[in-house]
Amino acid sequence: MYKIVKKEKLNPTVTLMEIEAPVVARKAEAGQFIILRVCSSGERIPLTIADYDRVKGTVTIIFQVVGATTMLLNDLEEGEYICDFVGPLGRATETEGLKKVAVIGGGVGSAIAYPVAKKLSEQGCEVHSIVGFRNKDLVILEEQFEKVSTKFVKMSDDGSWGEQGLVTNALEKLILDGEKYDRVIAIGPLVMMKFVCMLTKKYEVPTVVSMNPIMIDGTGMCGGCRLTVDGKTLFACVDGPEFDGHKVDFDQAIKRSRFYSDFEAHKREETCNLLKMGEKNNG
Amino acid sequence: MANMSLKKNEMPTQPADVRNTNFSEVALGYTPEQAIDEAKRCLNCKNKPCVGGCPVKIKIPEFIAEVAKGNFEEAYKIITEDSSLPAVCGRVCPQESQCESKCIRGIKGEPVAIGRLERFVADYHNANSKEEIVRPQSNGHKVAVVGSGPSGLACAGFLAKKGYEVTVFEALHVAGGVLVYGIPEFRLPKAIVQKEIDTLKALGVKVETNVVIGRSYTVDELMADNGFEAVFIGSGAGLPKFMNIPGENSNGVYSANEFLTRINLMKAYEDDAITPIYRGKSVVVLGGGNVAMDAARSAKRLGADVKILYRRTEKELPARLEEVHHAKEEGIEFNFLISPIEVLADDKGWVESINCQLMELSEPDESGRAKPVPIEGAIKNIKTDCVIVAIGTSPNPLIKSTTEGLDTQKWGGIIADENTGKTSKDGVYAGGDAVTGAATVILAMGAGKNAAEEIDRVLSAK
Repeated sequence: MYKIVKKEKLNPTVTLMEIEAPVVARKAEAGQFIILRVCSSGERIPLTIADYDRVKGTVTIIFQVVGATTMLLNDLEEGEYICDFVGPLGRATETEGLKKVAVIGGGVGSAIAYPVAKKLSEQGCEVHSIVGFRNKDLVILEEQFEKVSTKFVKMSDDGSWGEQGLVTNALEKLILDGEKYDRVIAIGPLVMMKFVCMLTKKYEVPTVVSMNPIMIDGTGMCGGCRLTVDGKTLFACVDGPEFDGHKVDFDQAIKRSRFYSDFEAHKREETCNLLKMGEKNNG
Repeated sequence: MANMSLKKNEMPTQPADVRNTNFSEVALGYTPEQAIDEAKRCLNCKNKPCVGGCPVKIKIPEFIAEVAKGNFEEAYKIITEDSSLPAVCGRVCPQESQCESKCIRGIKGEPVAIGRLERFVADYHNANSKEEIVRPQSNGHKVAVVGSGPSGLACAGFLAKKGYEVTVFEALHVAGGVLVYGIPEFRLPKAIVQKEIDTLKALGVKVETNVVIGRSYTVDELMADNGFEAVFIGSGAGLPKFMNIPGENSNGVYSANEFLTRINLMKAYEDDAITPIYRGKSVVVLGGGNVAMDAARSAKRLGADVKILYRRTEKELPARLEEVHHAKEEGIEFNFLISPIEVLADDKGWVESINCQLMELSEPDESGRAKPVPIEGAIKNIKTDCVIVAIGTSPNPLIKSTTEGLDTQKWGGIIADENTGKTSKDGVYAGGDAVTGAATVILAMGAGKNAAEEIDRVLSAK
């Protein structure tokens, strides 16, 4: 059992949790992920590590309530426990030798982009963070990004936070203004990462993306997380989760991400009803 | 008085048309009367050919003689001198190519049903024994076991009985390895595996789930920082192989590992499961081994019409005979001499059909084996909405890539001495599928036991 030592709502649908998991914390690095199971009948879901504290032995996760499992997780409070928490899994972000990087975060993906930006900043790299949300109510980690970024560009779909527009608009503008990046690191929805990669391919800027496909074990056993990179089938869990964005087959990844969408919509509704019933009974 | 019937006593099973709709165990096991009657078929041969066919050399005629006398507990003791998982092996060993293949009674008629008797004895013991497990006095030596599958359990069990302080590390949230995630409930009830693990715990073995060796701790850290004097690696062959044909990453295409893990480990077949599984209506399974049979029969139980495609002929099917037989009874269709070449999907990425190359057998080669070769131009299209790839697995590279000084074969298997499990790295032993590639439970168990004996020899001399 793994204790929730801190819970914080970052916006109406995104929650931060700090979990007591010393075995995971002692080796965790930016870019890696964990797999958790909320309860003994629960499913295993992967979440990227948002932060860790080796001294306290805790790992921070940030998640959006999108399905049954994240809904159950979000229903737990500080001091309560989750059933399973395993990691760190996957390869850490490679940051060695980078001098100037554009870090792109989209939506809840910013939660994963942030530790990468932080790690880069700590090693003296110039970090330009371009972060986008649908609107100002969904913004997370604003202060944190501010701290670790040499340049911080805020984007929103409706213009209620920073500039109106997409992260790709902002990135293209910076490139056209003459900014030369060693690398672009993009983390967010598949569609966003696809368009970032199309853009950076045009300008020949090496680009790394973090993939978060459906998986079960996270150790290379199921192959559910497979994706095509440079024409080859790779597993996000052991070969990734970060890949050369210019070589990822995003269209296939987008299709595969919808494998269970019908089932999940149904389960989400069921779980929602169950939780509501529980509240009624308790109230 | 010997029983001279040419046929084995049939083992009662659930009727085929009932069991192919549920996940309860297919075979129900002998009654004591049936077991005694079957045991009397054994001629108690002087040279014991059956023992030579057993990878762990169970004293087969001796235990069968006790069964014939109705001394079931005595029989159990004899089996467990050599095997640590009899209830499991009685169910999943390919007896027809091991002990039973050597049985004299098999020359004229059917061999003695050794596997069914082993199973009976183990089940009888599990149901009736009131023996308390006594935790042995610790000898102060700490040993780590990586992986809780058959080889790890065997190694841990042997060492624990000798007083070693054993910790088993398991990456998943439940212990049991392939016995839990791979082999379905209807063939190996999970309660049996749990019982074995509970026994180990009672012997003092610590089982740490959710720990991935290579990530959470490296093998070197286990020895340098955590006080383990020896490490046994039994991490199995968990990495699924794919065909590398176009369209293989379409939605609706599963590795057998994923399909079976969703069903066995995550119980996705239960109505209230949160883990999803895609229930195809017309499922195609690629491969002819036990895993292919397990996947096909699981898909059938989820309500699908199921076809198995195998590129050789029925004679070469690597699966246990009983599984093939059960699969056929349950209505699984077998297609032989056929090999998939392309998966076709709709515009949303969902599999619609699979193109296959028809094969024929060549003239036998030097080894006497006829190879399947393509019949030019003979392509068959099979409509399907779910494809399960069950063409094998290879060892997980995680430990290899994180353990310096551990030599492996080109294909990824850890190089270890067959008799002692010793690897190229001091204090590190390995066995089971991680060494051999995908093989059988009994071989893995034997390897775990051999390594345990060597570890004991080395550490007790310290």
